[in-house]
Amino acid sequence: MNMQQSITVRGKDRYKSGVMEYKRMGYWEPNYEPKDTDVIALFRVTPQDGVDATEACAAVAGESSTATWTVVWTDRLTAAEKYRAKCYRVDPVPNSPGSYFAYIAYDLDLFEPGSIANLTASIIGNVFGFKPLKALRLEDMRLPVAYVKTFQGPATGIVVERERLDKFGRPLLGATVKPKLGLSGRNYGRVVYEALKGGLDFTKDDENINSQPFMHWRERFLYCMEAVNRAQAATGEIKGTYLNVTAATMEDMYERAEFAHEIGSNIVMIDLVIGYTAIQSMAKWARKNNMILHLHRAGHSTYTRQRSHGVSFRVIAKWMRLAGVDHIHAGTVVGKLEGDPNTTRGYYDICREDFNPMQLEHGVFFDQHWASLNRLMPVASGGIHAGQMHQLLDLLGEDVVLQFGGGTIGHPRGIQAGATANRVALEAMILARNEGRDYVHEGPEILAKAALSCTPLREALDVWKDVTFNYESTDAPDFIPTPSMAV
Amino acid sequence: MRITQGCFSFLPDLTDEQIAAQVQYCLDKGWAVNIEFTDDPHPRNTYWEMWGLPMFDLRDAAGIMKELADCRRVYGDRYIRISGFDSSHGWESVRLSFIVTRPQEEPGFRLDRQESVGRNVRYSTHSYAATRPEGERYADR
Repeated sequence: MNMQQSITVRGKDRYKSGVMEYKRMGYWEPNYEPKDTDVIALFRVTPQDGVDATEACAAVAGESSTATWTVVWTDRLTAAEKYRAKCYRVDPVPNSPGSYFAYIAYDLDLFEPGSIANLTASIIGNVFGFKPLKALRLEDMRLPVAYVKTFQGPATGIVVERERLDKFGRPLLGATVKPKLGLSGRNYGRVVYEALKGGLDFTKDDENINSQPFMHWRERFLYCMEAVNRAQAATGEIKGTYLNVTAATMEDMYERAEFAHEIGSNIVMIDLVIGYTAIQSMAKWARKNNMILHLHRAGHSTYTRQRSHGVSFRVIAKWMRLAGVDHIHAGTVVGKLEGDPNTTRGYYDICREDFNPMQLEHGVFFDQHWASLNRLMPVASGGIHAGQMHQLLDLLGEDVVLQFGGGTIGHPRGIQAGATANRVALEAMILARNEGRDYVHEGPEILAKAALSCTPLREALDVWKDVTFNYESTDAPDFIPTPSMAV
Repeated sequence: MRITQGCFSFLPDLTDEQIAAQVQYCLDKGWAVNIEFTDDPHPRNTYWEMWGLPMFDLRDAAGIMKELADCRRVYGDRYIRISGFDSSHGWESVRLSFIVTRPQEEPGFRLDRQESVGRNVRYSTHSYAATRPEGERYADR
């Protein structure tokens, strides 16, 4: 397929002191066929004006693996050719002059088993500041089964989470306690109790609720568990609240997590900003302590949102499935936060399927086998409400946590009413879907009918009927499916 | 109180026609349908009694509705639930579960608290019905 030839300098000329182009040092190998065990990365490379595209892509391969700016003789003390990452394919990005997709293969031995920190230090290390590039984005990765198998994966996984909670056949319902800052422990627990008793399965701390002057963490944990247990007894149903154990040090996080465990919580929560190593530590702790581990993706938009530079969220989702969290915020499509429908579909597939086929229209560039690694439950949170239930079920499916924060607590008749409205809307929609109805188109009718026997749902539909967030997406796929030519 | 376990507890009780439609949905997916009953609806009571084995080979909702009718004749004063079980690789668990019959009166649960040091509380959920022996819990209510 690739007509180009390798221009790698071989033999002793390769190691003459001085500077040599990356593409001649062995980092551009257009005839290389990636091995099943190679890690493959796909970068969107935007070279500085005047920089040759192939050279820029070879430089990315070099700088993310063995290269430095000049030839070093010490390469000859190693099996250097094996350790060099090899850019084997460069394609222009559709409709984006000056940008290129670079496919780069890395030998498995370049990476420490089971370490996201080690993987990312190479793949998104120094290379992102490399001067000859205007911008660089890591779009996708193919993780070989041999590498996947070195990770624990989600501590609990979707199936076991459902078994523990005794909840099957419908999305789980949650809400983030609002206002996110300022409530005392006692008031905070009130919101949790009302929401859970009203019909939600989970409530959630927000990402920046840790241990502040208005509410120290022990206060929150104790009042929340009173609320969870009261709601459980009031409904006969398992309930939970994500206690955020994010803190300044690992020691603090373990202390908080141990306390949550001791007082009977079934789930704890961390933020993405604690870092990959801390996340993996907490995942191991969660597996050991029968705890579901929720991850809030705080901070990700600083590097995932713009298409030209950073890391795509689909890569973050893959890393987090390896790292071992059980829940991850993955977008709502219809809510207030960034989310193109096709791109979001790709994220959800990465979280939930055992095999992801290449699907360019969803931004998925590689076949990915997960080798029975546990499934990761996506969470849809941010600006969604009961009136969108048919759309949410259609776009996001059944194995998802739908989180209605404002959409529960903002209900005109209170938090219990808001929770009940959401639960009734959800159950009515699942019932209709299973009956074979065209629930996507008949959604508003199905909701209206369910509201006849549920006043809180009627009120929710009236209050939020026209709320939508229709803005253009900043991260849509580059490939749009074109109808194949019929003969 | 109304126990809200299962997929449809927030809706009005399902009619037999509605139940049959959900059963048919399970069968169309290739799941085995199971009927279970209990008079101990504690949220951690995982193992309800099975009304026979899961119906791995039944492909028609009518057959299952007949089994449900038989189960109701004997245990209609207790909780009965229907579940769909998916044996495919990577799931191998329940896919759908919902209550189809419940006692006329559901007395609910008492929350017991055992106070401990540091304001810690040990919680225990106590079913009012389960204070009586199995089989006599709902009979004369």
